[in-house]
Amino acid sequence: MRTPSSPPPPGPLLNVVGVSKSLGGKLLLDRVSLSLNRGELKVLIGPSGGGKSTLLQCIHFLLAPDEGDVFLDGVSAREMGKKNIRSFRQEIGMIFQDFNLFDHLSAQNNVAIALRRVKKIPKKEALERARLELRRVGLSGKEELYPAQLSGGQKQRVSIARALAMDPKIMLLDEPTSALDPELIGEVLNVIQDLSEGGMTMLMVTHQVGFASHLTEEILFMENGRITESGPPALLLGEASRSRTYEFCSKFMEISGRDPAAARPSSK
Amino acid sequence: MESWEIIRSVPYILGGGLYTILLVVGALALGFAIGLPLAALEAYGPRPLAKLLGVYVWFFRGVPILVLLFLVFFGLYSSIESFILSHFGARVSFSPFSASLLALGLASSAYQSQIFRGAILSLPRGQFKAALALGFSRPGAVLYVVLPQALRLSIPGWTNEFSILLKDSAVAYVLGTMEIMARAKILATFTYRHVAYYALAGVLYFALTFLGVRLLRYISRETRIPGLGQEI
Repeated sequence: MRTPSSPPPPGPLLNVVGVSKSLGGKLLLDRVSLSLNRGELKVLIGPSGGGKSTLLQCIHFLLAPDEGDVFLDGVSAREMGKKNIRSFRQEIGMIFQDFNLFDHLSAQNNVAIALRRVKKIPKKEALERARLELRRVGLSGKEELYPAQLSGGQKQRVSIARALAMDPKIMLLDEPTSALDPELIGEVLNVIQDLSEGGMTMLMVTHQVGFASHLTEEILFMENGRITESGPPALLLGEASRSRTYEFCSKFMEISGRDPAAARPSSK
Repeated sequence: MESWEIIRSVPYILGGGLYTILLVVGALALGFAIGLPLAALEAYGPRPLAKLLGVYVWFFRGVPILVLLFLVFFGLYSSIESFILSHFGARVSFSPFSASLLALGLASSAYQSQIFRGAILSLPRGQFKAALALGFSRPGAVLYVVLPQALRLSIPGWTNEFSILLKDSAVAYVLGTMEIMARAKILATFTYRHVAYYALAGVLYFALTFLGVRLLRYISRETRIPGLGQEI
């Protein structure tokens, strides 16, 4: 690992190269490659069972890919080996659809526990850092509440604070708003937007096509374990594109009563 | 005159209660020390090891406590004693009390492991995954995320195990451990007042069960996670 003072290596921050994964005889990922530059936000969309969540877990090496490799800042996950993979994981923040907060810990301790037990930061310092991260996601005053006492939107914001406290280089978000009531989606999206505008590199799986297309430069469409289409939202979501992405998104838009063209950002 | 004799014998039987408490607390502690890691390994450990541990659990669940007691005392203990005698020339003898504690503890470890295992498996696995994602090692995730919740969920089942073990401990009298049952039997044999002394033993077991269960319920209430679950 490099020292913080050395300049970052050139090239993309995250580079996923030819990742394949089979589980139970089923091919879930078929030689998937993608890359993200520093500060970039890319959006993964596609039908469920298409491999989006599997891809995020493979990037994180929570599931080890059968083939291919993941490079973060030029460091190969495969070469880290089983022992060092934990320090690789620490640099990637993961946000789950169903939050996965630790139910027995207060919001503040949810954020502080990995600082204390993984990074070995003293208790007082870790709690102070946790307080600051909770403030960053708009949860000042909720430090002492337990997950069961928080709304879905608040839980997801605690989980974002928990990931941010580890100083990740990149965040992977797996449908962060899919388990939320419609009126709670906004508060989480606001936090994500703030992060993106603050320069955080993010790869997000989402069905919030309208929101995503305002933030992202590139949409990746994933189906049957492959990235089948990719491009700027203005292009992919245009009716004229006749893209699979347009077809898929228009079904969502019908339900929410919006036109995919309206989700398309006006020319930048 | 008769009732005076019975009242005079109360301190003697209460003294047996002390042995019973030591036996039960010791066996529960031993069962906990073995059962908890067993459960964690069965749920989150490597597959082949989990299978092997399953055999352990089946054995101790399938053999009556009385049989275990004899196997430990006449089998295990005498072979260790003769081993020490032949190799070190020392004549040692282990107490029947320790044999009772070992047998009850081993049996309890199998039951306790199943209580903990159920609790561990009832937790959403996502929290374990989230801990790994934060950089926890697998044992670290089990220790700091899974177990604190699983132990809370285990208290009701564990309360049950306590009350069963307390009453199972009565079999220790067959080896001559001077606990409640053994003392009641001695008194009954000498005085022929079987009903009175066994009833007294029963009352004592009942009182110990009552106190223990109340204590565990108190612990359960005190460790409850705010906003989650209900009081038992």
